[in-house]
Amino acid sequence: MVTTAPTNLVYKRPESFTVTPTHYCPGCTHGVAHRLVAEVLEEMDLVDRTIGVASVGCSVFTYNYFDTDFVEAPHGRAPAMATGIKRVLPDRIVFTYQGDGDLASIGMGEIVHAAARGENITVIFINNANYGMTGGQMAPTTLPGMKTTSSPLGRDVETQGHPIRMSEMLATLDGTGYVVRRSMHDPKNIRLAKKAIRLAFETQVRGLGFSLVELLSTCPTNWGMTPVQALKFVEEHMVPAFPLGDYKVATGVAQVKV
Amino acid sequence: MTRELWKGNEAIAEAAIRAGLEAYFGYPITPQTEILEYLSRRMPELGRAFVQAEAELGAINMVYGAACAGVRVMSTSSSPGVSLMMEGLSYIAGTELPAVLVNVMRGGPGLGNIAPAQSDYNQAVHGGGHGDYKPIVLAPASVQEAIDLMVLSFDLAEKYRSICMVILDGSIGQMMEPAQMPEMKPIRRADWEWATDGRMGKRERRILTSIYLDPIEEETTNLRILSRWKAVQANEVRYKEYFLDDAEFVIVGFGTAGRVALSAVRAARQQGIRVGLLRPITVSPFPFEVIDKLAEHASAFLVTEMNAGQMLDDVRLAVRGRTPIEFYGRPGGVVPFPDEILSEVQRIAAGPLSIVSDPRDAWYERMMATAR
Repeated sequence: MVTTAPTNLVYKRPESFTVTPTHYCPGCTHGVAHRLVAEVLEEMDLVDRTIGVASVGCSVFTYNYFDTDFVEAPHGRAPAMATGIKRVLPDRIVFTYQGDGDLASIGMGEIVHAAARGENITVIFINNANYGMTGGQMAPTTLPGMKTTSSPLGRDVETQGHPIRMSEMLATLDGTGYVVRRSMHDPKNIRLAKKAIRLAFETQVRGLGFSLVELLSTCPTNWGMTPVQALKFVEEHMVPAFPLGDYKVATGVAQVKV
Repeated sequence: MTRELWKGNEAIAEAAIRAGLEAYFGYPITPQTEILEYLSRRMPELGRAFVQAEAELGAINMVYGAACAGVRVMSTSSSPGVSLMMEGLSYIAGTELPAVLVNVMRGGPGLGNIAPAQSDYNQAVHGGGHGDYKPIVLAPASVQEAIDLMVLSFDLAEKYRSICMVILDGSIGQMMEPAQMPEMKPIRRADWEWATDGRMGKRERRILTSIYLDPIEEETTNLRILSRWKAVQANEVRYKEYFLDDAEFVIVGFGTAGRVALSAVRAARQQGIRVGLLRPITVSPFPFEVIDKLAEHASAFLVTEMNAGQMLDDVRLAVRGRTPIEFYGRPGGVVPFPDEILSEVQRIAAGPLSIVSDPRDAWYERMMATAR
């Protein structure tokens, strides 16, 4: 094993990451998103009192990577489980990590009501426009005309409905403190995503209500693309359909400097 | 402490509080809504967690989360709501967590009605959710017993890292009876070796999950769950016997059906019929051994239920064809009168009885004949 002299070290595994080989596909942005969360928890010195809630989908094994306590929720129910934990342990940091099938389809009820109640939890929402783990079926976020294994001719909005823009919808609820959409398609946007994740956890630490960061992500395997093509697809097709932006920044959160 | 007049549902709520309930998550559904209403006032006043969830799905998953955190937590519901909770219950069982659930049962299937029934025996006793597990199921027959069993339910759930269900019907939930509350127990947070309550500088991280992709690991988990269940079966069978010492005929009935049967037993005794009653309090673990022993001497069994014969199958398993079994049930939310059960006792005492016929078929024929 090659070790790097500390003086030359510019990039290393966050301490709050376990030493675990990734199970994600090459080019998938889950790993980057995991890293951003780990870096933020570490920078804010929250690792020791954080409890993560994994969901069902590719991120079901999220818990393998973080050196924090973790639970594994039934499909879509992570916000309800997080509610149960946070209500009995209000001084702990509780976050869910959910995909779009989990959050925007089967878990629509749980996420909407957790947000409406203003549960003081943080949600990391990975939107890659399909069900990754089951092999690329149509999700509520699948773009019009996009081919998936369950919309083989392309999503026909006349019969299969329109994509759901979760951040916009959740931002209408008074219980939310911070709801934004960012993208993972290039370094600049990844840096912006990290800042948003930081603000989301700052929201929770300050007790300012429900916080959610939606991350437009890739799924090269199920999209049938190379990693580079997948990043391009996010930039050219997903960003126009799911505009990046701050949909809710409560006054208290806007004053936070990071 | 003195006895006070308590409504069943409110008594259940207060008893849970006194047993150290730290978090409650529920959803309104008749005939248990008073539990939710009562706790919506009492829990915040004590600084404890209360959330009215968006649905039973949300409620049971909040229970799941709080159970992971290692606190005393419960939900309450009624039949259709409990059906919705089955997903979460299976996960709680698969994660090997303690949790308490009260089901104030109603007539079903489907939306059914809100009348007293015991139609969820099978669902409760056999687990209900997917996968191999069995919950502990307690069946009170009075407000006092409901109070006592609520306190017990948390201890049993924690002792065996198991779901403990308390099943009753709307008549016990809704009626008022004099009863004595236990003393208020202070909230005591056990330092569970499994709880995911944050590392807090004390330990390595913990993970609570019900996914074991390796079949051998899942099999090991199933066997571990089964080993706890075997301990439950060995240690926790509870029942009540009435007039069984010299009984020629034995009625088996739980909850309200058992309580109605007791009135019939007393009336039959006055007529010189030597009949007794076995009232299972734990319908899971079921008192198989007790019935096995009774079958050695009894001339016949009569199973009474407020359903179409669910516990009947467990009694038949225990009796194993040695003794005639008769069945009398009123499904759909109909509560039998003591006279109805008394006539069954008289019919059985008059004989003749057969071990050949299927008790449910025979009962069905009699029901249909009455209807005609």
